[in-house]
Amino acid sequence: MRITEHPILEFLRGEEISFFFNGQELKGFEGETIAAALHAAGVKVLGHSHTMHRPRGLFCAIGNCSSCLMVVDGEPNIRICVETLKPGMKVETQQGKGCLK
Amino acid sequence: MPKVKDIEILVVGGGPAGLSAASAAANLGAGVLVLERDGKPGGQLVKQTHKFFGSKKQYAGDRGYQIGNLLIEQCENNPCVEVWTDTTALGIYEDGVVTAEGQGKHLKINPKKVIVATGASEKMIAFPNNDLPGIYGAGAVQTLMNVHGIVPGHRVLMIGAGNIGLIVSYQLMQAGVEIAAIIEAAPTIGGYLVHASKIRRAGVPILTSHTISEAYGQESVEGAIICKLDENWKPILGSEQDLKVDVICLAVGLSPLTELCFQADCQMKYVPELSGHVPIRNEYLETTRPGLYVAGDVSGVEEASSAMVEGRLAGINAAYSLGYGEDVAPKLQAEALVELSELRAGPAGQKTMRGIMNLMDKGGAVC
Amino acid sequence: MLNKTGIPTAEDVKKVSPSEDRLKEGPVAIIECFQEIPCNPCTEACKQGAIQPMKNINSLPKLDFDRCNGCGVCLSRCPGLAIFIVDASYSDTEAVVRIPFEYLPVPQVGDKVVGLNRAGEELGFFEVIKVQSGGNKNKTYTLWMVVPTDLAMDVRSIRLGGVRHAS
Repeated sequence: MRITEHPILEFLRGEEISFFFNGQELKGFEGETIAAALHAAGVKVLGHSHTMHRPRGLFCAIGNCSSCLMVVDGEPNIRICVETLKPGMKVETQQGKGCLK
Repeated sequence: MPKVKDIEILVVGGGPAGLSAASAAANLGAGVLVLERDGKPGGQLVKQTHKFFGSKKQYAGDRGYQIGNLLIEQCENNPCVEVWTDTTALGIYEDGVVTAEGQGKHLKINPKKVIVATGASEKMIAFPNNDLPGIYGAGAVQTLMNVHGIVPGHRVLMIGAGNIGLIVSYQLMQAGVEIAAIIEAAPTIGGYLVHASKIRRAGVPILTSHTISEAYGQESVEGAIICKLDENWKPILGSEQDLKVDVICLAVGLSPLTELCFQADCQMKYVPELSGHVPIRNEYLETTRPGLYVAGDVSGVEEASSAMVEGRLAGINAAYSLGYGEDVAPKLQAEALVELSELRAGPAGQKTMRGIMNLMDKGGAVC
Repeated sequence: MLNKTGIPTAEDVKKVSPSEDRLKEGPVAIIECFQEIPCNPCTEACKQGAIQPMKNINSLPKLDFDRCNGCGVCLSRCPGLAIFIVDASYSDTEAVVRIPFEYLPVPQVGDKVVGLNRAGEELGFFEVIKVQSGGNKNKTYTLWMVVPTDLAMDVRSIRLGGVRHAS
């Protein structure tokens, strides 16, 4: 859920853009991270752990913990919490450790 | 882009310590390059909406993000300072070269002096289901709320009543999010009591001697079981409470991000009062690797106000060691040391003082 | 105990309270700051010289009640939001309590708000008679509420009205 009014801060958002999450079209704002856009769209589960398939989501949101690795435009192991959203981006959940081409 | 970038002073980290170091060194005439891995500098300051403490010299009364903007402006207005954002330092090598990754390119930098100001990262605690989506570090909640304007959820359990736990709880309330409770395993509140008081009078419970037994939920957090601890920090059977929350926020401490220092072969020491492994350094913040300085949380987890002063001190020292500011540097160094002493003089600074004395193995007064 | 609960005790509050007579004379600051932390903006904010400048910035603020004119600048500047202004001269039976406020929605003049004590417990409905903005940089509002005189040293907060978000 996006904050529309805040007692201290003003949120200057960029243009609204479209991107794809596992084939589904979602909206986000130019300049925000992929993680922010997914979270605002209600997506909390970003993947599952390799062995026990436990649901995983954000933890540190700043690029330290590797909890948010996803495949972006075909490239695996992207820390989406520090990756900027671009129009038309294809974001997919990663299965396992990802495949480097 | 030249093959190797020559620079007098390289500052790794563009947070309060790094930006203060860059301005201080550049003001004495040194050429400075700041590497910042995020898209914009400011470090943790950009997320702080509350008014800062300290004295006027550390911008007390101004809000954190306002101080961040001021430090960024000072660097932007200084022709001797370059800031490369979206650039992550990768390593400090034996021959002095520092490598970095910037926008997919591998970069080589040849600095005369290096100031490591990489800050700290969130600690984790162990409890069943601590890997569920909806469990965030406190910094993550701040990033979502104050940088991206997104609420992390509707009802939060905050774990930790240090300054971060208290401040982030207040920020959650300002964003319209409900706090079910703040729990703290220790018998007393660790953060500033004025922060605690403003939360209590808004009706939010702070439960000391409490911890989390487990989190539960299918695909994300749906609730948490908390319990009371006895004087030996053991759970009291039968004291369990079930809290329906969709966010659990961990504010359980930070660890200095010292990978670069380890890799650069600095002598390190584990100091609990400084929150983890820190480089051994003298009172001018130079480590055991000559020409490598540290400033801010990476030298010991403390506060933004001391990070700014440490940054200044390291910047002055690095520039002075290159021959800049010969007439003014000793006076500026002395001023910075006095400011650090002032900040650490009260009961709130005692832990840091013990940590520094432990680190420097000194009995006498240190900065 | 304050460091277990975050709630100042009656004893704590007594240490920073002026006499009944002083309260009846006019507005005065109640600085509810009980812990030595490095912080001194209140000493710089006070134009009356009523808050003693600190040699050691970790000292607790010392307020001269007779020099204080209740102007409220310190309330607006305190980073801990720990200062309140009480004016028991408002009427025979009522006092004005001014509190710092940094939430949304900001109450309007004439609103009846639920006043809370330091423990967050409800004390009743009170009328807001003035709302001062802290300005664009400061952003801390000062809310003026009329309360029964015997509650003037207890009302320190209000129940929040909730924030509207987009979905």
